[in-house]
Amino acid sequence: MTETVTSHFDGSTPSQTVGPFLSIGLPWPDGPDVVPAGIAGAVLIVGTVFDGAGDPVPDAMIETWQADPDGRFDHPDDPRGPVAGWRGFGRCPTDAHGDYVIRTVLPGALPGQAPHLDVSVFARGLLHRVVTRIYLPDHADGHADDPVLASVPASRRDTLIAAWEDGGYRFDVRLQGPGETVFFDV
Amino acid sequence: MATPTTQPGVEQSKVALSELPRYRPDPEGTHPPLDFAGYRSTRLRHPSEQLILLPQRLTEVTGPALGPGRLGPLDHDLTRQHAAEPIGQRIVVHGTLRDGDGRPVPDSLVEIWQANAGGRYRHKVDNWPTPLDPNFTGVGRALTDAHGHYRFVTIKPGGYPWGNHDNAWRPAHIHFSVFGRAFTQRLVTQMYFPDDPLFAHDPIFNSVPDAAARQRMVSRFDLDNTVEQWALGFRFDIVLRGRDATPFEEPHA
Repeated sequence: MTETVTSHFDGSTPSQTVGPFLSIGLPWPDGPDVVPAGIAGAVLIVGTVFDGAGDPVPDAMIETWQADPDGRFDHPDDPRGPVAGWRGFGRCPTDAHGDYVIRTVLPGALPGQAPHLDVSVFARGLLHRVVTRIYLPDHADGHADDPVLASVPASRRDTLIAAWEDGGYRFDVRLQGPGETVFFDV
Repeated sequence: MATPTTQPGVEQSKVALSELPRYRPDPEGTHPPLDFAGYRSTRLRHPSEQLILLPQRLTEVTGPALGPGRLGPLDHDLTRQHAAEPIGQRIVVHGTLRDGDGRPVPDSLVEIWQANAGGRYRHKVDNWPTPLDPNFTGVGRALTDAHGHYRFVTIKPGGYPWGNHDNAWRPAHIHFSVFGRAFTQRLVTQMYFPDDPLFAHDPIFNSVPDAAARQRMVSRFDLDNTVEQWALGFRFDIVLRGRDATPFEEPHA
């Protein structure tokens, strides 16, 4: 096969919606498991995705990306060096009730930032992913000094902080309307 | 489980963090707005508040390295995943995954899903009256090679009706999901086929404001990769956000 690398178009490829049928293509059996069950410190983050009418969204997908418990990544652009074998990534489609679950261990703090997970939300009706962050109530003492939380109006900051629930955490996503989750332009 | 491979001191970390890559925003009009009246499902699902700028730090300029170990040998060939071949026009879909500076993204996971030749997805809520194909699931995965190149064998999906407006039909398309090198580059898009008469009537295609950007979602017929007596070739190059060459100054350092 001849390989001609052409750059006949300039500029990025546009985003499009995942549509209503993402659940045939994107789920993996171990998608929700950032870490396997039984790992010391493993916790569940559960939540529901809601639309602007307050109804659950059954055709959404949550993806999470986070540092390991020492605040490190397995990535060549982490100037502190990669941590081999740290997956850091979780993916879960919402079920018929709009619910998702991610199994992980809590991330460590990053230089100048409180521990957090970056989150992408995809759904039918979202022409582009929306991005948010999950912070944990365990680290509330450090939240006042976090530059990202500081950039969010105080009245909306709590939408970024998971709640303790059943030995794990709950982080609901409200796409629109009262209590709307803070979404970021990244 | 994971053991750090290096353990730089705090001072070294501080210096290095000022040299994180920075991913440029795409020009206005490249991506669809979240609120787009022509596509009804956006109405209750788009945020009503302004997005808040998230300066890129470590979590944003890193991203998952997914791929090896996650793929089966026939994941890239959607025509060989069942006992017999699916009905439809056999096609090769291939291209490169690059960033906006032309750098290939190697060893990166590309995921696709699509309707069958009649335009129906193997999904419980897709039940419009065209048959499912017992020999077609419509799901593929591939890894880019060292040059950022990927290749799938599949069948050309059909267009299909949907309930967005009167007599609404989606142009034939294949859903693509790519990761790139960093969280900032994550992209889900749809690949279309050249000269589809439904383009003019499709709000999802037309949600992209910039006409030139819209054309970047349309694959090209590719005679060089058309396999004689076997399959038509289509080329779909995917371009992700580029990186600034200049060091990024941490805004809150």
